[in-house]
Amino acid sequence: MKNLLNNFNKAFENRVRLGIMSILVVNDFVDFNRLKEILDVTDGNLASHLKALEKEKYVVMSKEFIGRKPNTKYKVSSAGKKAFEAHINALENLLKGSS
Amino acid sequence: MENKTQYLEDISQIRSMMERSSRFISLSGLSGVFAGVYALAGAFLAHQIINNEIGINYQSKFLNLSSGRLEQLVIIALAVLGLAIGTGIILTTQKARKRGLKIWDKTAKLLTINLLIPLITGGILCLIFLHHGLVGVIAPSTLIFYGLSLINASKYTFTDIRYLGFAEIALGLISAYYVGFGLYFWALGFGILHILYGAIMYFKYER
Repeated sequence: MKNLLNNFNKAFENRVRLGIMSILVVNDFVDFNRLKEILDVTDGNLASHLKALEKEKYVVMSKEFIGRKPNTKYKVSSAGKKAFEAHINALENLLKGSS
Repeated sequence: MENKTQYLEDISQIRSMMERSSRFISLSGLSGVFAGVYALAGAFLAHQIINNEIGINYQSKFLNLSSGRLEQLVIIALAVLGLAIGTGIILTTQKARKRGLKIWDKTAKLLTINLLIPLITGGILCLIFLHHGLVGVIAPSTLIFYGLSLINASKYTFTDIRYLGFAEIALGLISAYYVGFGLYFWALGFGILHILYGAIMYFKYER
């Protein structure tokens, strides 16, 4: 049991972060507003979770301008993809083991 | 044990986020049924018009209709298309609103663009055929290009659309071999298949 929990990634314990990663792994890149729309969270909440994931180097941010408006886009890094897959596998194994 | 339900919720959250961010899931099945009904009505009207024309050779790939009749057929086709798209937009908007989802989001745009690429190609090709009087190959072409459109769009909505696409292509190819029976294949592909598929989608996802 201990072993299984070791594979659990602390960075993904939060639902919003789990949501962010789920969205990013199936899309090339997603901008801030689109993430906000799908996850239905506040600006501040989303920003802080994105920053945390950035710090772990799981997501990469890039800023660009559409006309004059700044547009912040996010995409998942390869490290993030690997970590997320490991997390899902751990979830799966845990559920299989306990049923 | 409490942890287990939490993990299950985690997984369902992951699945829902992946789906909601990459696929347009508000597409209404009922709109398919309506499109099919309009198509059948249109095909029936077209059949009446063609039958009224005396002395035409129904088997010929060069259907010689008087220009007025041809215009009537084109108007029927456009009316069917307009009604089908209109009903589709209304029902899909309703479905999205009921679920509290945004209608014109990125997935909707991707779906529309990818649907339109083969569809417009086929549409232009059919206009060129029409210009050359090759009426017999128009029905097969619309079926084939519509099938390709569905397959192309299936990555951005319910994957079930893909199988409808395969069915339309198969029907189109058979219809291309039996030139002259285009209207029947057309009624089958756009009418019956739409009603069938719309009903399946409705019972699978909306009930």
